[in-house]
Amino acid sequence: MPTVLTAADVERIAALAHLDLSDAEVRLFTTQLAQILEYAQRLKEVDTSAVSATWHPGAAAPGLRPDTVRPSLPLEDALAGAPERGPEGLFRVPKVIE
Amino acid sequence: MAPGAWTATGIRAAVAAGDLSAREVCARCLDRIAAVDGRLHAFTTVLEDAALARAEEVDAHRGAWRDRPLLGVPVAVKDIICTRGAPTTAGSRILAGYRPPYDATVVTRLLDAGAVIVGKTNCDEFAMGSSTEHSAYGPTRNPWAPDRIPGGSSGGAAAAVAAALAPVSIATDTGGSIRQPAAFCGVVGLKPTYGRVSRYGLLAFASSLDQIGPLTRTVEDAAAVLQVLAGPDPRDATTAEEPAPAMADLLPGNVGGTRIGVPRAALAAGVDAEVLDAFNAALALLAERGAEVCDVDLPHMQYAVPVYYLVAPAEASSNLARYDGVRYGHRAALHDAAAGVPEMYARTRSEGFGAEVKRRIMLGTYALSAGYYDAYYVHAQRVRSLIRSDYDAAFAGVDAIAMPTTPTPAFRIGERIDDPLAMYLGDVFTVSSNLTGLPAISLPAGLTRARLPLGFQLIGRPFDEATLLRIGDVLERDAPWRDERPPVSA
Repeated sequence: MPTVLTAADVERIAALAHLDLSDAEVRLFTTQLAQILEYAQRLKEVDTSAVSATWHPGAAAPGLRPDTVRPSLPLEDALAGAPERGPEGLFRVPKVIE
Repeated sequence: MAPGAWTATGIRAAVAAGDLSAREVCARCLDRIAAVDGRLHAFTTVLEDAALARAEEVDAHRGAWRDRPLLGVPVAVKDIICTRGAPTTAGSRILAGYRPPYDATVVTRLLDAGAVIVGKTNCDEFAMGSSTEHSAYGPTRNPWAPDRIPGGSSGGAAAAVAAALAPVSIATDTGGSIRQPAAFCGVVGLKPTYGRVSRYGLLAFASSLDQIGPLTRTVEDAAAVLQVLAGPDPRDATTAEEPAPAMADLLPGNVGGTRIGVPRAALAAGVDAEVLDAFNAALALLAERGAEVCDVDLPHMQYAVPVYYLVAPAEASSNLARYDGVRYGHRAALHDAAAGVPEMYARTRSEGFGAEVKRRIMLGTYALSAGYYDAYYVHAQRVRSLIRSDYDAAFAGVDAIAMPTTPTPAFRIGERIDDPLAMYLGDVFTVSSNLTGLPAISLPAGLTRARLPLGFQLIGRPFDEATLLRIGDVLERDAPWRDERPPVSA
């Protein structure tokens, strides 16, 4: 586990997470995330070579149900919260393809 | 019935018998909110008209609905749980003005049980926080001490019950978000077993940790509400088939022969002296009533906070990717004609999310990113298995494990806001039951000399909420602090 975190690391992570951070945020998060990751270093003390991971604490195999067609959210309800709507029941977004 | 004595079971009985109308109950509740909540800010939205209309509907059906378990009971719902047509913000600017097109399963079940939803309660943004200071709509104040935080993330839910604005709140617990505010506000808070209650309609924070449960004045009310919420849901594949126990059969509880384990080594350092005194006093009371108290060893519990603060942010970074400005919620205005979808995503998210949510998305994205995934995320999930193994081994010899809910009483507003790590370390006693999925309850454990509430926590075997409620009922019935109330006057 590397402990050094640079402003460049923070900017790279922000781009992956689709966040535009201000310079002040980059400086703040560089310090704070380094502190938190430094604290997490104590996990290195634990030998987990013979341990499997717990991804969730639920049942090993969740129950399956038959895949039957049934009513879902009406289109108008699904679109009701859209910031911008296009014609014919579509969400509108900025132009993707020239 | 004075508002201070209101319980869900008491209200239900009075409404079913025709001694009180649901409308009268609802109006008193709304009056008290109007008189008090300007100072507390427990609610982000009060659903005044909808609640009164619903109460009238309950009254109109009183005969046919007589047996419904929450008939006419006012319920406050944490603002991270979807309520059809009513604002649901998760304490975030990114969902300002959002009105979900459907009800969460827990809301549907509350309504089927005859409840009246009176409003939505304030919380840390997307339930990320331990103080409710991270709400975009401003902090909630602790009814016992207005300069202090009510806990978090369900601070509004706990403050509402403590100040008798509603007898029941429904909230979520991902790392202690029901239990810690319940402790800080002096009420009962129950986090059921992972899989016990449907999360359909909950705005997801960390899907392997999130669970919905009640905050109430009494253990009996917690049992009654759990029974309404619990059970499998075809809309949430993580719900278990386990039938909900018949809670009425559990009470009054008794603890004769019940074995309660205490992880003494974990309490040796970093716990406030008054917290330890109150914890030991509660244990002594249970021992007097016949419980056997013994030591248990949870050697990996010391790693629960660092494991949690890698796993929860990793899951959050994935879950919160959905807030992109396309389908609902805030969308940033783009002034640059050349700006496209990637710019819209980044600007929307940067304007919509607050500092703590950004911090956790960053931390989680880092822990999941190429080169760090195995060292941080996978390693943390393996230590998580060791934490669960410790609990499984301990439960071979005891029926429940007890520890304080928090290492300190409620801190002052602003005290930890600039030091995220200090805020995270306060979660030391709550996060392990989310990592393991085990049920846990926080019960009032008296007051400090400065009259700040403390919590006594019990953790149980999977799907054994019944034992926690039985023990809790004994503690509550015989506790010298049972009639203490916060100094909130209308």
